Amino acid sequence: MKEKIDALREQFSRELSGAGTSEAVEKLRVAYLGKKGSVTALLKGLKEVGAEQKKEMGQHINQLKRQVEEKLSEQVEAIRAAEEQRQVEAAEQYDVTLPTGGAVGSYHPITVVQRQLEEIFASMGFTIEDYKEIVTDYQCFEAVNIPKDHPARDMQDTYYLENGQLLKTHTSAAQNAIMKKYGAPLRAVFPGRCFRNEALDASHENTFFQMEGMMIDKNISISNLIYFMKTMLSEVFERDINVRLRPGFFPFVEPGFELDISCTLCGGEGCSTCKGSGWIELCPCGMIHHNVLRAGGIDPEEYTGFAFGLGLTRLVMMKYGVGDIRDLNSGNLKALSQFTHE
Amino acid sequence: MLISMNWIGDFVDLSGLDLEKLIRRFTLSTAEVEEVFHMGEDLRDVVAGKIVSMEKHPDSKKLHLLKVDAGDKLYDVVCGAPNAREGIIVPFVKEGGMVMGQEIGCAVLAGCESHGMCCSERELGISADHSGLMELPEDTPIGKDMCELFAIKDTVFEVDNKSLTNRPDLWGHYGIAREFAALTGRELKPLETVELSAFSSLPPIEITVEDTELCYRYSGLKVRNIQKKVSPVDMRIRLFYCGSRAINLLADLTNYLMMEMGQPMHAFDCAKVDKIEVKRFSQPFTFTTLDGMERKVDENTLMICSGGKPVAVAGIMGGLESEIEDGTDSLLLESANFDGVSVRRSATRLGMRTDASMRYEKTLDPEMTVPAIGRFMKLLLDIDPGAQVISQLTDVYVKRYPEIELQFDKAYVDRYTGIEIEDGRILETLGALGFGARQEGDVFTVRVPSWRATKDVTIKADIIEEITRIYGYDNFAVSTTLSPLYPKKKSPGNKADNFAKDILVQRYRLHEVHSYIWFDRKKCKELGIEMEKGVRLVNAQTPDHEVIRTNMGPTLLSFVLENKPFGADFGIFEIGRVCEGLGEDGLCKERKKLGLALYSRTRSEKELYFELMDILRTLGAEIKRARFALKNREPAHSWQHPRNTASVSYEGKELGWLCAVHPAVLSKIDKKAAVVCAQLDMDDFAAIPAADALYREPSKFPGIDIDLSLQLPEGMTFGAMEPAWADVDPEKLTGVTLIDSFEQAGLKSLTLRFAFSSQEKTLSKEEVQPWVDGIVEKLAQKGVGLRG
Repeated sequence: MKEKIDALREQFSRELSGAGTSEAVEKLRVAYLGKKGSVTALLKGLKEVGAEQKKEMGQHINQLKRQVEEKLSEQVEAIRAAEEQRQVEAAEQYDVTLPTGGAVGSYHPITVVQRQLEEIFASMGFTIEDYKEIVTDYQCFEAVNIPKDHPARDMQDTYYLENGQLLKTHTSAAQNAIMKKYGAPLRAVFPGRCFRNEALDASHENTFFQMEGMMIDKNISISNLIYFMKTMLSEVFERDINVRLRPGFFPFVEPGFELDISCTLCGGEGCSTCKGSGWIELCPCGMIHHNVLRAGGIDPEEYTGFAFGLGLTRLVMMKYGVGDIRDLNSGNLKALSQFTHE
Repeated sequence: MLISMNWIGDFVDLSGLDLEKLIRRFTLSTAEVEEVFHMGEDLRDVVAGKIVSMEKHPDSKKLHLLKVDAGDKLYDVVCGAPNAREGIIVPFVKEGGMVMGQEIGCAVLAGCESHGMCCSERELGISADHSGLMELPEDTPIGKDMCELFAIKDTVFEVDNKSLTNRPDLWGHYGIAREFAALTGRELKPLETVELSAFSSLPPIEITVEDTELCYRYSGLKVRNIQKKVSPVDMRIRLFYCGSRAINLLADLTNYLMMEMGQPMHAFDCAKVDKIEVKRFSQPFTFTTLDGMERKVDENTLMICSGGKPVAVAGIMGGLESEIEDGTDSLLLESANFDGVSVRRSATRLGMRTDASMRYEKTLDPEMTVPAIGRFMKLLLDIDPGAQVISQLTDVYVKRYPEIELQFDKAYVDRYTGIEIEDGRILETLGALGFGARQEGDVFTVRVPSWRATKDVTIKADIIEEITRIYGYDNFAVSTTLSPLYPKKKSPGNKADNFAKDILVQRYRLHEVHSYIWFDRKKCKELGIEMEKGVRLVNAQTPDHEVIRTNMGPTLLSFVLENKPFGADFGIFEIGRVCEGLGEDGLCKERKKLGLALYSRTRSEKELYFELMDILRTLGAEIKRARFALKNREPAHSWQHPRNTASVSYEGKELGWLCAVHPAVLSKIDKKAAVVCAQLDMDDFAAIPAADALYREPSKFPGIDIDLSLQLPEGMTFGAMEPAWADVDPEKLTGVTLIDSFEQAGLKSLTLRFAFSSQEKTLSKEEVQPWVDGIVEKLAQKGVGLRG
């Protein structure tokens, strides 16, 4: 019996070393450990062994059985490892330097900058308003203290429509409606497309964007105006911006200012962009004229406020270095598709 | 406008101050200075030199050989000036000196050495005259530096005219000097004038103001026996530095006075004009102005006449006939005030905006006319003491501006400025600017000076400006507001626009464009699109741009055409405005629209069309949780495809359309490509109330999918089949999706997947079968069969 066991062990060793695939190993498992397998047969054969040898032989056979099981598992594991290794080695190593990605969409740069501004103003408690482009004479002029015969109407070349309406020349055309909509106190910004009847060239467009803002409450002062403009513009340009106010004449404000910022290119040293002055004229602003407040249904004795107008188109040109304003309305995707994200 | 600091110095002593710094201060407190010029800086070693001898140049017909006495020695000079002659004294730049910024070395002219140069006025930079050498008076000390003889050195600055629009008082040096006085705290000297009451015994001038609407005041004076013809050099230099040109003494004096006081004046030749009528004519006529131009004058234009004959366009320009000529020795001086708006409009109509009209249109102070005559006489008599006044001052004052007095308290100033400005400082500033200001307790009472009272300063806030600009905005302590924050509202329009843009750009990779609010006739023509009718602009730059667009289609299609080189497959969109005609109120029906266009050379029109459908549905579903209904319809525009044009609506309201492009237009864009476009009304879209998202508990039990392959009869649509499963409990039938669609032998086939599930249990095939059978039966009634 003992010889039989040893012979079977040797035979298994031989056959195992020849089993190179998981199928062959499985066959071996069946051949040795299956119901009709040789090891199982040995165990069955114990019945005929004498009682004195039975225990010893039983131990031998069981040992063989464990060895066969272990070796089979090892072999399975080895084959799987070899297979995986083969797969790894056969795998293509990808060229991660190859260009990827197809087309992406794009926002108009005005949208990009407008959103940045809106976010800043929203964070300072401003409502964002949208307004018409075709307005009445009252909305564009009368309501913002530009009566007929006022020279300010000469300053702006207005597109008039055959029904007497006009294309708004400035976002201020929305002031009256917004004041009437919300009343005081009020913080609002209102971006919009504006129109001036002038010939096109690299720096003149008849269709452009502004963003106007108003803040009205009790005790709003010039000091507050300077503070807000400085804070807001520092956010816009993402750095500490110096501002200075100069007297400026705009009928809808009193006092009115021209606001200059320290030149963003030279930082105030003086360069060709700021014509050596260190300052760039950026936006008109001022304390809202009492006629404008009154027309908007707000009592100027109780409330004061400031307003400002940002040239959105101009900001875009400054920010991205757009040299020709006409590119912005050209629909030319070679230009516009560059603005793929905010 | 150009301002000479020498001139300013006549009225306020700025000695010891840094002028550059002061001019910068002026920008911050008064008006924008665009540029500063340093006059006379480019002259060196230019002296009065006497030509002591002159000989002909041996080899030149034009040149002469001069010996010039420059005080230190005699210089040999070669000179070609036509007026060079022995004995005259001229500006002479010595060898090594400088004129016009160029150093004058020893030059060899036609073989002879020249050790210096005799100069014209232009070479000195004091006029444009280059006709010959400048001749100096006989008593000029030889060798004296020209810059000491005349006020050649000056600091001149240019103020942006636009920033003076609302300041009629700043259109002359005296007004500017007042600003400098206020800024520096120095005294403003009064204008020296001739006391005109001295002439009250003389006869008056016959002045009749017929038009009392447009003429506010007309003051006049007659003078005779004026012998001097040429203005003094220093006066001519100032005129030149300030952008004018010397003509003759009388013309120069009126110009000088206008630049000094801002009051335009006109000198008529008294021999031709000895009385005045101010009126408008009832009929248009032709009038020749000083510049020799014949002009058509209409019945709205105010004219100055003499004996019924027009002699000047009021406030704009005199007539050629009554012009002051070199022989004129007597004049009728006009110092008047006219309606600013009328002058502006007349100047625009006539196409001549003059220095005078530019000032009048700012609404000048009528109080100025008489002092201006007094000042004129002072200047004239200083130059030509023999001049003789032969009329009394005749002054027809028709319209006065009301005096303005404003009251406010200190608290108002504090509230408006947000800073603390001392009472004394307020009074001092206002005083320096000519405002009569007094304080009683906390209340300030301010009388606005006449030169600020014509329109400029009318309300309390104007006074705040006066106080704060002189105080200096850069001296302000800045502070945030103490007002409380309130919840901010975001308009639904803005929200929908931004959301839509994100979906279009990020999910569908479209490009946002901007365009114009009008149709472009040329571009429409290129597309073979007939321009649609719409509301018109009355003053478009070109007739091609006069119709306001009624929809977004043509704009986007022309962009598609222009962008063909950009790529084989792209999409664009714009959120813009259109005008859908006029409403009953006569106002434009302006709408905000989203326009979309897709172009592809690689995908079929059908693919593009379905993508567009998907885009529109997605916008509805994502932004508003609204299920848009698309329905074929007749095209509304000639460029839309007759078969493939569909409406987009929600709950019965039409929001827009989508379409393929008519083959005729497509052939203009690209025969081999596909183009589709759509439009969505963003005003209506934004107004759709967005339903709250409802949470649906996911079923714990697996569902069961039943696929049905259907054969459709001709003309059958998915939409027409939908009723077949409409009455199955939506709790059970949770979705119907399109798995496959194809066409064979002209017959359309669709494979639809019906997803059934239950919240209570696992559905068996047997349980769903009755529902499926019901669907199949209803489909069969519509002629839809199961494919074998």
